[in-house]
Amino acid sequence: MTEQFEIVRTGSRVEESAPPITPRNVPRRGAPANPSAIALAERFPGGVLNSEVVWGETTVLVDAASVLDMMKWLHEDPSQRYEYLSDVTAVEHRDYEAPIEVVWHIRSLSFRRFLRIKVALEKGAPLEVPSVWSIWKGADWLERECYDMFGIRFNGHPDLRRILMWEQYKEGFPLRKDFPLRGRFSRSEQLSQALSQNPEAKYSMEELTIADAFEDLPSDMRQRLRDGAKTGE
Amino acid sequence: MGLVSRPETTMVSYEPQSQEGWVTTRLDFLVNWGRANSLWPMPFGTACCAIEFMATAASRFDLARFGMERLSFSPRQADVLICAGRVPFKLAPIIRRIWQQMPQPKWSISMGACASSGGMFDNYAVVQGIDTIIPVDVYVPGCPPRPEGLLYGIRMLQQKVMAERSADKHIRREMIPDPSSQLYIPPPVIDELSEPFGNSVHQTRSAP
Repeated sequence: MTEQFEIVRTGSRVEESAPPITPRNVPRRGAPANPSAIALAERFPGGVLNSEVVWGETTVLVDAASVLDMMKWLHEDPSQRYEYLSDVTAVEHRDYEAPIEVVWHIRSLSFRRFLRIKVALEKGAPLEVPSVWSIWKGADWLERECYDMFGIRFNGHPDLRRILMWEQYKEGFPLRKDFPLRGRFSRSEQLSQALSQNPEAKYSMEELTIADAFEDLPSDMRQRLRDGAKTGE
Repeated sequence: MGLVSRPETTMVSYEPQSQEGWVTTRLDFLVNWGRANSLWPMPFGTACCAIEFMATAASRFDLARFGMERLSFSPRQADVLICAGRVPFKLAPIIRRIWQQMPQPKWSISMGACASSGGMFDNYAVVQGIDTIIPVDVYVPGCPPRPEGLLYGIRMLQQKVMAERSADKHIRREMIPDPSSQLYIPPPVIDELSEPFGNSVHQTRSAP
């Protein structure tokens, strides 16, 4: 996967990259698009649904089926080199009919480019997109957070569970528009559920990857892991 | 010849000429005096109040003047839990565990609006006041309180410690509220009473 990369030292620049300038007088619309967006549309003719430039930043709306191939190409192609995944998040619009959008912010350190990629997920259908964990390992916690707050499932994620709320959290996905600000349960119910969590039982088998060192663990932790207790994180 | 003034029995005298090798005082006074002037705080800082707490502990405001120079980051050796900042529900079992780990005698200070009442965070994630989890001795208002405010709260706690009496059977009794007591308010009533407050008055509890 990484053989075709040449190591880019800090401060070095790739030949065809733009010089580091602070853009000035950027129009709201109509600024030159990121060349990667054009190349992406040429490479995946059916996959790119829409592309727009707002305040000099390019947003590409793509098809959910081909997003993983696109990400892989953007990451690995020598003319793109998006090495850095800034963020994975989602947007739910106030209009209930509007689809939920999953947003990836990726950055090419070599070419000094920034690209925003969106996938629209229709309401009513299962909220599922492919995980980009196989490309950027940093997507692990970002996707877990996105799942925790929006309930979007990332297929192919190695350990998709809640990260901010505890694992037995029963009230739903807090950043969805149909979620009341104070939560669904009463304050006393919320508090009693929160207090019933065990603050020390926070490790899971997958998290520790301790299969080799299992016998060296304290007996209570071994017992807990053996029971497969779903522990609050 | 003449009257000899009786030695002051309620005060510990520091003056060298008045020391005769012994003092008499009330045991309560002596114990409380020692406790009030050597409170070791356990800082539980979660937000911006913790920054003010650090300023209080640093040289300008100098918490050490009040016998608190030794911040105890182990609850086993702490006397005062200073909760500085908002407590999310995920931290609720942890702060309760820390409180249970502290040995008696122990006190707690709720520093700032969020720790005292949830503050502006009237939402799904934040505990609406740590007094729903642990007993609180002194509430320090402010968002965040200035170091002077925290020092005032600490002085109030010292006054409270000085006023304790060992003969008081009810002091430092850890108890679960008795539902048959007249003072007991059931949780749904607490919810109902607290409903009109906060910044989300028109918010419904249940989803549409």
